Amino acid sequence: MTTRNPQLNRNGELTHLLTLEGLPAEVITHILDTAEPFVSIAEREVKKVPLLRGKAVFNLFFENSTRTRTTFEIAAKRLSADVINLNIGASSTAKGETLLDTVDNLCAMNADMFVVRHAQSGAPHLIAAHLDAMSRTHVHVVNAGDGRHAHPTQGLLDLYTIRHYKRDFRALTVAIVGDVLHSRVARSLIHGLTTMQTPRVRVIAPRTLIPTRVEALGVEVHTDMREGLRDCDVVVMLRLQSERMRGALLPSAGEYFKQYGLTLDKLALARRDAIVMHPGPMNRGVEIDSPVADGERSVILPQVTFGIAVRMAVLSIVASS
Amino acid sequence: MKIEISRGRVIDPALELDRVTSVYIAEGAIAGVGEPPREWRADRVIDAGGCIVCPGFVDLAARLREPGLEHKATLESELAAAAAGGVTGLACPPDTDPPLDEPGLVEMLKHRARVINLAHVYPVGALTLGLKGETLAEMSELAEAGCIAFSNADAAMPDTQMLYRATQYAATFGHRVWLRPQEPYLAHGGVAHDGEVATRLGLPGIPVFAETIALSTIFALVRETGVQMHLCRLSSAPGVAMVRAAKTDGLPITCDVDVHHLHLSDVDIGWFNPHANLMPPLRSTRDRDALRAGVADGTIDAICSDHSPVDDDGKQVPFGEAEPGATALELLLPLTLKWAREDEVPLIRALGALTSAPASIIGITTATLRKGNAADVCVFDPAHSWTIRPDALRSQGKNTPYLGLELQGRVRCTLLAGHVVHEM
Amino acid sequence: MKRDALPDAEAALVALVERMAGAIAKDAALVGIYSGGAWLAERLAKRLPGPHPLGFIDVSYYRDDYALSGLKPNTRRTTLPFDVEGATIVLVDDVLYTGRSVRAAVNELFDFGRPHRIELAVLIDRGGRELPIEANYVGARVAVPRDTTVVLSRDPGGTLSLGIEPLRGVA
Repeated sequence: MTTRNPQLNRNGELTHLLTLEGLPAEVITHILDTAEPFVSIAEREVKKVPLLRGKAVFNLFFENSTRTRTTFEIAAKRLSADVINLNIGASSTAKGETLLDTVDNLCAMNADMFVVRHAQSGAPHLIAAHLDAMSRTHVHVVNAGDGRHAHPTQGLLDLYTIRHYKRDFRALTVAIVGDVLHSRVARSLIHGLTTMQTPRVRVIAPRTLIPTRVEALGVEVHTDMREGLRDCDVVVMLRLQSERMRGALLPSAGEYFKQYGLTLDKLALARRDAIVMHPGPMNRGVEIDSPVADGERSVILPQVTFGIAVRMAVLSIVASS
Repeated sequence: MKIEISRGRVIDPALELDRVTSVYIAEGAIAGVGEPPREWRADRVIDAGGCIVCPGFVDLAARLREPGLEHKATLESELAAAAAGGVTGLACPPDTDPPLDEPGLVEMLKHRARVINLAHVYPVGALTLGLKGETLAEMSELAEAGCIAFSNADAAMPDTQMLYRATQYAATFGHRVWLRPQEPYLAHGGVAHDGEVATRLGLPGIPVFAETIALSTIFALVRETGVQMHLCRLSSAPGVAMVRAAKTDGLPITCDVDVHHLHLSDVDIGWFNPHANLMPPLRSTRDRDALRAGVADGTIDAICSDHSPVDDDGKQVPFGEAEPGATALELLLPLTLKWAREDEVPLIRALGALTSAPASIIGITTATLRKGNAADVCVFDPAHSWTIRPDALRSQGKNTPYLGLELQGRVRCTLLAGHVVHEM
Repeated sequence: MKRDALPDAEAALVALVERMAGAIAKDAALVGIYSGGAWLAERLAKRLPGPHPLGFIDVSYYRDDYALSGLKPNTRRTTLPFDVEGATIVLVDDVLYTGRSVRAAVNELFDFGRPHRIELAVLIDRGGRELPIEANYVGARVAVPRDTTVVLSRDPGGTLSLGIEPLRGVA
């Protein structure tokens, strides 16, 4: 029953990035500030810096995701790191090897960093605790998404995007719309926004997609999207996975779109200069309408650019701890 | 062999006895308490000064993992753990591999336990074949082989018709039925209490109403069939309240709680500690407090260990993949004492939840130091502090949330039918 | 260790300009290393007969002590408004000490292309080299204790001055 924040080492430096929950605001700000110059590096001809030269970054993806894996790969390579991709598929035990055995084997191959995506909440924490127990203090873990629990780099790039367009978190009303129940993106963003003192964070969804006692995370719950969007500065649309669209939680994608899809007329209820965000990939016509996704308030494409810079910042910071 | 246990504080909840005196044992039975038998000459004197002497504990749920799951534990190791924990009689659930749905398996288990001779084993038989919830098991044959009750362990029984018929059949022959109140569809896929902690950690939750809905169903079936029902492992405040109301109404039910649930809540999951993965899940602090009050006021009859040894392969995995359960035979006593101390429950009441109450639920008359009874005795030092470390546990299971922590209360000596089976 | 008095920065700059004028190539680019070298490069660009292309380089990502001192987010952008490929470059820095900043700057320049020639101009050389690097043009030399750092400052009017401070957080 350890109470020490496993992400910070004994000097208080960020040595793993597992979740935004419990990260001090100074650490978050440091990451965002570090990311800023990396955005312009992407615009140079020479997009590389040697910060992680000689380091081996292993992408341990137990859950498929070409998008996230690719952005991490680009980020690591821009830092001159060696990147090795391991797609282990649905279950590590399918190979007959446990998760921790896989980690130990890769450490023996001189891994410096693990970027981990796993279907089970807590998998990156397990790996970080194991590395700590084995005294491998020079090996770092970055969570690329674990179950429903956290997607901290996505949360950070969302924070970066909001800060880029809106400057001060302390004046904002932010709405997160969609399947919050299953969303690690939502949880990370909520932790990030509340840490940065955003006064009004709203979740908008039908009751079946709202987690139990989510108010305890510091959000207001709305089931009426028009009510929830009123005067918002930022609207974040979550992706609705196809397996959720029909069944016990929702009757159909059509009915969902009618009630909770973002269209121009619903967006009109937000502030005139509100920005629209989406972690991607989008389901056009399900959670978001094309005129909105391609419209002038949408910052969905810049999110991707910022995502690479933020991941470069995270990799550099944990590697230097 | 004539044994005298002297100078101990003798507490026998069944006899309402609590005083410093001696216990006399001869030919495997209690020969006297306070008064030595005529012409008494002890072959051995056990000095219990500073200790408590009580009937050996009766544990309503301890998984021994045999047959079939010997990589997790064996009868030798777990019965040694029982003796080290002061447990002289234990009921083992039917979820072995294969499950205890065949008289031959039950006989073999009882025979093995007798040969090892470290604790009495009272097998709970499977309610349905293979625990699949589809066909009744041969309850009368199994009872003849030694099963003291029937249960579907943790296996789901979603077919209510089946549940009704199983309780009806058991009631026909006066067999006891032990059920876990957990509605299987609501619990499906859940690994933690459905509340704030599960939401923060992104863990699928099991809501409280999975327990209360199941309790409603079970109460209705008890009213209908008259079956002797025991509820296993209450976990919630509303659940305790329902049991309290049902008992007030005169419903003949008993229930238990496992000792870890008296102390821990979902907050103790911390950063996904797999040792806090238990079934039923650890619920909120409010639920925990209601469980503690429930044992204190008698709504909950007994405290058990729900002993479940799990190896590293079952625990050193992400939380949602971990096998639920904790090793608990050796923590039953110190954790019960901790609760009693904290809530100022008289020791005689607390020990009653470990001795006379579970004994009556199983239907045995031991667990008391009445003259003539088999001498199943526990001598423990309530003040002895020890650290829960893997090498301090006899069980093969080292999986407990209390690893590395210090607890107070340790068994000094355990006697089974007048023989010393454990000694520190 | 004997400690010299620090020279006057503006005087050292005059000496540096004298040594560079006529010696550097007519089309040489002046590239100042942030932040002291950047101020100097600006002043040199105005004083030297020109014109010389003016660039600025931030070496934070190329330093070899990044792992020890951590990543400082206050980085300015490297700006090189000329083609590095085949260029003649004069790197400008305020204080030459161990030589590590210059090593980082040279490495970074090579990431942009292959220069024809790189020279080094510094306002102050304080000795204490840890790499085989020397300046082609030096304003003034000075000896100071090892546990100190020489700092160039610029006041709001643009006047440069030198100061000495104890070394913070020895690695």
